Amino acid sequence: MRLHVVTGKGGTGKTTVAAALALALAAGGGSVLLVETEGRQGIAQLFDTPPLPYEERRVAVARGHGEVKALAIDVEEALLDYLDMFYNLRRAGRALRKMGAIDFATAIAPGLRDVLITGKIKEAVTRRHDGRPVYDAVVVDAPPTGRITRFLGVTAEMAELARSGPIKTQSDGVMAVLRSPQTAVHLVTLLEDMPVQETADAIAELTTAGLPLGSVVVNMATEPVLPPAELNRAARGLLTGADLAPALAAAHLPGGPAVADALAAEVVDHARRWASQDALRDEVEALGRPIVELPLMAGPMDLGSLFEQAARLEDHLRAEVVERTGA
Amino acid sequence: MSAEEVAEPRATRAPARPARPAPLAAPMDLAALIADPDTRILVCCGSGGVGKTTTSAALALAAAEAGRTVVVLTIDPARRLAQSLGLVELDNEPRQVDVPGAKGELHAMMLDMKRTFDDVVVAHSTPERAEAILANPFYQSLSSSFSGTQEYMAMEKLGQLRASEQWDLIIVDTPPSRSALDFLDAPNRMSRFLDGPMIRLLTAPARVGGRAGLRFASAGFMFFTKIISKILGGQLLRDISAFVAALDTMFGGFRERATATYELLHRPGTWFVVVATPEPDALREASYFVERLSSEGMPLAGLVLNRTHPPATSALSATRAEGAAEEVTEAGGAGAELAAAALRVHAERMVQAAREQHLADRFTSAHPEVCVRTVPATSGDVHDLEGLRAMGAELTGPDADTPTGTPRTRVLPARRP
Repeated sequence: MRLHVVTGKGGTGKTTVAAALALALAAGGGSVLLVETEGRQGIAQLFDTPPLPYEERRVAVARGHGEVKALAIDVEEALLDYLDMFYNLRRAGRALRKMGAIDFATAIAPGLRDVLITGKIKEAVTRRHDGRPVYDAVVVDAPPTGRITRFLGVTAEMAELARSGPIKTQSDGVMAVLRSPQTAVHLVTLLEDMPVQETADAIAELTTAGLPLGSVVVNMATEPVLPPAELNRAARGLLTGADLAPALAAAHLPGGPAVADALAAEVVDHARRWASQDALRDEVEALGRPIVELPLMAGPMDLGSLFEQAARLEDHLRAEVVERTGA
Repeated sequence: MSAEEVAEPRATRAPARPARPAPLAAPMDLAALIADPDTRILVCCGSGGVGKTTTSAALALAAAEAGRTVVVLTIDPARRLAQSLGLVELDNEPRQVDVPGAKGELHAMMLDMKRTFDDVVVAHSTPERAEAILANPFYQSLSSSFSGTQEYMAMEKLGQLRASEQWDLIIVDTPPSRSALDFLDAPNRMSRFLDGPMIRLLTAPARVGGRAGLRFASAGFMFFTKIISKILGGQLLRDISAFVAALDTMFGGFRERATATYELLHRPGTWFVVVATPEPDALREASYFVERLSSEGMPLAGLVLNRTHPPATSALSATRAEGAAEEVTEAGGAGAELAAAALRVHAERMVQAAREQHLADRFTSAHPEVCVRTVPATSGDVHDLEGLRAMGAELTGPDADTPTGTPRTRVLPARRP
C-alpha cells in the first residue's frame, strides 16, 4: 500500500491521525510524504513548524532513518505548474492570477480544485528517481467524509462538465492510481452517533465509486479505569458515595461523605460515557473494516503524543499485513 | 495563578511581574434572550462538529416552552435527532413538533439546498425558462456542489421564513463548514461571482466590448476564455453562457438578493450565538468569528462552550487525588481497589477540566466583553426531546445555580486572589 488517504467527520482528528500514520509508515527507515489539502496549516501546527510553503519540507524524523516530509498544496501554484507543464504558459498564468482569474476558474469549476490536488498527489505517488519511487508512502490529510467521494471521484464530475479537453485525460490518469490496490482510504471516527453514521455513509459511497477502503480509525476512545464488573454497576447508576467512603476514610482522606459522593458521581459519569461509546463499537464492527483504536489523550496534542499514536498505528499496520498475506 | 504558570521557569531578565489572573467572563442570559419578544432571529455559528445543531434545537425547544412560536432551521442533523424532531419527510418546509405541555409552538425543518435553489429559480421565472435552467449541467453542478451554495441557501431560506411572518422567533443552525465565517462570506462570494464582471465578460465578451474603458480587460478575457476552454473544454463555457443568459432575464440579480438577506442579519432583533468546544481549533474559529461580528456591528449574545467536563468536586486537586489513590491502595481493605480507581477517574477529570478552563481563559483574555455559558458534556448523544430539554436547561439555567456552586461561565471555580 503506497497511498493512504485519511478522511473523517470534522472534529474527529483526521489531521492528527494522518500525521501519526505518516510517522508510523516512516518508522524503520521509510520516506513518507504527508500532504495537506485544505490549506489550514494543521500539519505545521502539529509538528510545531512555521507555516508550510508549497514545497516538500522535512517535518519529522522517525526511527531507523525514516523521515516525514510535508507538503501543503496551494491550488493556484498547482494550476500554474499545470499550465506550465502542459501548455508552457507559466508567465501568462501569473498575469491571469493578478487579474483574479485563477480564483475565478477554480470557482466556476469546483472540481478543478480537486483535480489539481489529486493530480499533484498522483504525481508524488508515481514520482521516481533512479528507477525507484521517491516516496515509500504518501499520506493525504483529505477533505472530510461528507466531501471525500466527490474529492476522489472528480473524474465522473469533470467528465460531465468537461466532456473533452486535457482535464479529462488528466483525471482519468489520476483515477487509475486512486482505484488501484496501492491506495487505501482510511476513515477516522469517534464513538459517537454522527461520526459513526457518516463513516457508514462514506463507506457506502466510496464502495459505489469503486474506491479502495482501508481501516476505520476509532479516535479519542475512553479507556476504562475501573474493573469491568464495577464499570457495569456504575453505568447503571448503582454506585454511591457509600461504596467509596470506608476505603477513603481508612486512608485518612479528608472531605468525608461529600467528597465520596462527588467521586461516585464522577465514576458514574465515566462509566456511562464508556458504556455509550462501547455500545457504538458493535456498529463500528458491523462496518466490516479493520479497526484500530486510539485513546483519548488527556493533555494537549504534542509531538510526544503523536509518536505514541504512531506506535499504535504501526502495530495495527503490521497486524494488517500479516492478516492479508496470511489470508 | 495556575499550577502551570508556577511550574514555568521565570525569564531571567524581565522583572517578575505580579501574576494577573485571567479576567472573569461575564454570564450569558440566554433565557431572557429567547423569551424577549424583540428577539426575532438567533443564529448559531461555529466550526464543524461543535454541536451547533443540538444547541439550536435545544434553544428552540426552550423558547417554545417559554411561549414563543419558534421555527428551527437545521442544516444537517444526526438521523436520530432528526427523527425525534419529526424531520422524516424531506419536503423542505417546517413541520410542527409535538411538545406536550409547551406554552408556545415548536416547528422544525431541515434545509434541502438543491430544492431551495430550484424553488428560487421556479419562483422567479417562466416555466419554460425555469425548465431550461434546471436542466443546465452547470446549474446542476452549481446548485449541488458549488462551495458556498449551502450557506447561500441557508440565508435564502432564513429570508423566506422571516418574510412569511409565521413565526416570532427563527433559530438557525449554520452549515458544517470548517470556518464559521463561511456562513457570512459565502453568499456574498457567490453572488459576486454570479453577478460579477468576470462571468459576464467570459460568457458574453461582445456585449461588454463596446463599453469604454473595458476594452483592455476584455482583450485579456478573450485570452483567458481561450485558456479556460482549453483546460475545461468548450462545452462548460457554453453551459455557463446559457445559464447566465437565462438568469439575466430571470430576476434582479443574485447580488441584490443576497444583499437583502444579509441585511436581515444587521436588523435589530437578530442575535448571534457562537458555539465552540474547549479545543484550540474550535476556539480559534470562535475568536475569528467574534472579531468579524464586532467589525460588522452584528450583535453577539455570547459564546456557548459546549461539552465541558466540570468535576463534581474541585476540593481535591489532580495531584492530591493521585497521591490519595496510592494511599488507598496501600491501606488496602475492602473497596480499596474501587476507591483508588475512583480517585484516578477524578484526577483525570481535574486535568481535563483544568485544560478546558485554561483554553476558556485564553479566549476571555482576548475577548473580555464576550459573555460565556459552559454546557457540560453528556455521557451519550442528545437525540430526543428529553435530551434537548436537559441541554436547554444547561443553556438557559441561572448562572450561579449549579450543584457545585461553580458558576456556569466556568469549568472550574475561579481562584481567590
